[in-house]
Amino acid sequence: MSSSLSKIEKRTAYTLLLPAVCLVFAIILFPIFANVWISFKEVGLKDIRIPEPRAKKIVKNIQDSNSELKIIYKLRNSSLIQDIREVKFSDKLPKNIEPVNLDKRCEFKSQKIKCFFGNWEAGYRENLEIFVKNVNNNAINSKYIKSNKPDLNGKSNNILLTTDFTFKNFKNVFINNNFVELLMTTFYFTFFGTIGAILLGIFAAQLVNQKFYGRTFMRSILLFPYVGPVVALAYTWTLLLDPNSGTINSLLVNYGVIEKPINLLGQKYLIINILGFELKLRLALTTVIFFEIWRYFPLAFLFILARLQAIPKDLYEAADVDGAGPFRKFFHITLPQITAILSILFMIRFIWNFNKFEDIFLLTGGASGTLTLPISVYQQGFAVSNIGMGSAVSIVIVLLLITFMIIYFKLIGKKTNEI
Amino acid sequence: MKFKSLIITLFASSIFLSIIICIWKMLATLQGVSFKNLNFNLNLLLSLGLVITCVFIGKKFNHNLKIFVLSLLFTILYTFLNENSPMWFSVGIFLLILFFTNKLKKYDLKYLNQDFISEKIVFEFLSLFAIVFFALVILFPFYIMFVTSFKTQTALLINPIDLSIDFSKNIFEIFKSYFVIFKTYDFGRYILTSSYVSVGTVLITLLFAIPAAYAVARLKFFGKTFLSTSILIIYMFPAIVLVIPLYTVFSQLGLRNSVEGLLIVYTATTLPVAIYMLQGYFKSIPKEIEEAGLIDGQNWFGIIIKIIIPLSLPAIASVSLYVFMIAWNEFLFSLMFLDNPKTFTLSRAINHLTGDAETPRQYLMAGSVVVTLPILLIFIYFEKYLVSGLTAGSVKG
Repeated sequence: MSSSLSKIEKRTAYTLLLPAVCLVFAIILFPIFANVWISFKEVGLKDIRIPEPRAKKIVKNIQDSNSELKIIYKLRNSSLIQDIREVKFSDKLPKNIEPVNLDKRCEFKSQKIKCFFGNWEAGYRENLEIFVKNVNNNAINSKYIKSNKPDLNGKSNNILLTTDFTFKNFKNVFINNNFVELLMTTFYFTFFGTIGAILLGIFAAQLVNQKFYGRTFMRSILLFPYVGPVVALAYTWTLLLDPNSGTINSLLVNYGVIEKPINLLGQKYLIINILGFELKLRLALTTVIFFEIWRYFPLAFLFILARLQAIPKDLYEAADVDGAGPFRKFFHITLPQITAILSILFMIRFIWNFNKFEDIFLLTGGASGTLTLPISVYQQGFAVSNIGMGSAVSIVIVLLLITFMIIYFKLIGKKTNEI
Repeated sequence: MKFKSLIITLFASSIFLSIIICIWKMLATLQGVSFKNLNFNLNLLLSLGLVITCVFIGKKFNHNLKIFVLSLLFTILYTFLNENSPMWFSVGIFLLILFFTNKLKKYDLKYLNQDFISEKIVFEFLSLFAIVFFALVILFPFYIMFVTSFKTQTALLINPIDLSIDFSKNIFEIFKSYFVIFKTYDFGRYILTSSYVSVGTVLITLLFAIPAAYAVARLKFFGKTFLSTSILIIYMFPAIVLVIPLYTVFSQLGLRNSVEGLLIVYTATTLPVAIYMLQGYFKSIPKEIEEAGLIDGQNWFGIIIKIIIPLSLPAIASVSLYVFMIAWNEFLFSLMFLDNPKTFTLSRAINHLTGDAETPRQYLMAGSVVVTLPILLIFIYFEKYLVSGLTAGSVKG
């Protein structure tokens, strides 16, 4: 009895899970594996359209007779690079209407014109003319004939499904495209973006955890940068930082803080002289990192605030009795209480910053030294139109992510018990 | 001890005051007042003087009278020593000083004698400064976005720091950018598409996620632990690694440039977190209630509809709002899948506007306001639910 019950339970569980699992499998897991396949192929953006035979139907009247018509089919192969094999064509004619002098490749059967065209090479074009007449010599309704759409099909190779593989993409990723710099930029961006967001998050959480007038309001607006759409915010910042008439540059110039506008998003390096030492600062990258911090510190803030509010109040009361000041309270009570959450936060934010695409793409498009791995996927796949290369970069991302996750679960697995 | 804390109070408070005045001045500059000099040093000296007088007078006079007279004096001195400024600017300065001297109420020589007082004072002003800093850093871009949408291209080119709105023009002139983006750039359609996609994503996600979350939370089956860990792992994989295969498959299936394609992708990408959030809540519902339902002869469908859903409405609200926000703000997939202006979402449409370098920036900002405002209003109105959604979902971002 109980085993049949548990069987029912199992079956119910699988039925309930099936739609969600299928969808996630099709849209998330399948593409990750498909990337592996594509990355070993030489595929461009233009190759992925499947070639198909097409026909445009034009109906013309013949001057001296309204019981006869000329139909022109403009046939073509939609692809300029691939052949189509065994092209078949069929079109229906209304009752009592028959073709005259039909093309050799075609036949007329049960009111249908059927043609076998054989092979069409890439870019093939032909005009097929067919004369039709009404058997009873009545007038033909040309509109009615036109409304029938011809049916075409043929066989072609889908370049994605063939089995020729190449290592060229990976060779290009690792050797030709300055892979070390790409990796360094990605790690700079990820690391400093994460650290900055967490530091700012600690400040904000510490602030909101105090009592002051307008505290709930403050808590709401702190989340604005994260809630707002990335497109709007990125473009607003681009306008703010614009060197020609951006608000920030104009303000600074107006007050004489800087002599001429700085192109914060378009300049790769800023050279600073400190005591004779020349320091090269990655300017555009730094700006992008600041945007990233600005946009994502609210998440760190939320996490840390939730933890701060769970710290028992009597710890602070005891410290008050001992006469500890606010800074000592922070370093000796608050900080030890939130280290666990901070390390989790660091791991999670690290992974997500590593994956970040939209922010950099919208601010600089990967120019002036801000090319990170995700941007590289887009550039290779869609700007250079080399789908295979894009997939190869994706594979690099996936492999690095898996590494991070292994580290994450090894470290956090121990940490979760402490929280 | 007393001397040290006095010095610290002086500097902490007067630096704070000077910075506030500078910010106020900067904001006034953006309203078209032409200031050329921030005068930070002068402000600092003035503020030092103010704080010294304030601390030494202490509680000898009526507090309200004291702060009123001091603020008035400071404002007159400030206006006299600085560049010409309009009346409202001086009034602003007066109010700032009033607020500041009020903050200094308890600071007299006796107070500064306490233990650890300097640390407390620095902390207090640091907090005040942090409030101003965060408010400014966060709200400034939103303010610029909003104000720029009411300007004209020529006005912006002549004086890029004058962002004041000219109220002497008629309503149509002021809101011109909005009329233009709705008429010429067809933003009405994009709002509809975006709403349709976002609401659709929410509904389909809930439809798929509620049963799945129920199964994960309640039922025993083979592979359960594997499933619940893989939910989180799957969630860590970014959209960018999915884009190329999805693009190729969707091109070949003809799903690109269709709202349905977007719906499928959005639903799939939000499903893991939706299931994760819901199952956590479902586990907190007491099992006895369901058992009562079972005895009444309900099957799992009845249990979900009649017991689980009514009891977990807050969690469902959080998930819905979170998913809505993700779908409304999503950019990467809409960039990849939509080329035809007829199927654009709002985000994609704004990106499309920038493709043309000639598009005046006020149109761009008006479009940004149109896409930002709904989500911010929803956030403010449903803050409680969205915050719990964000906290649970903040593994992503």
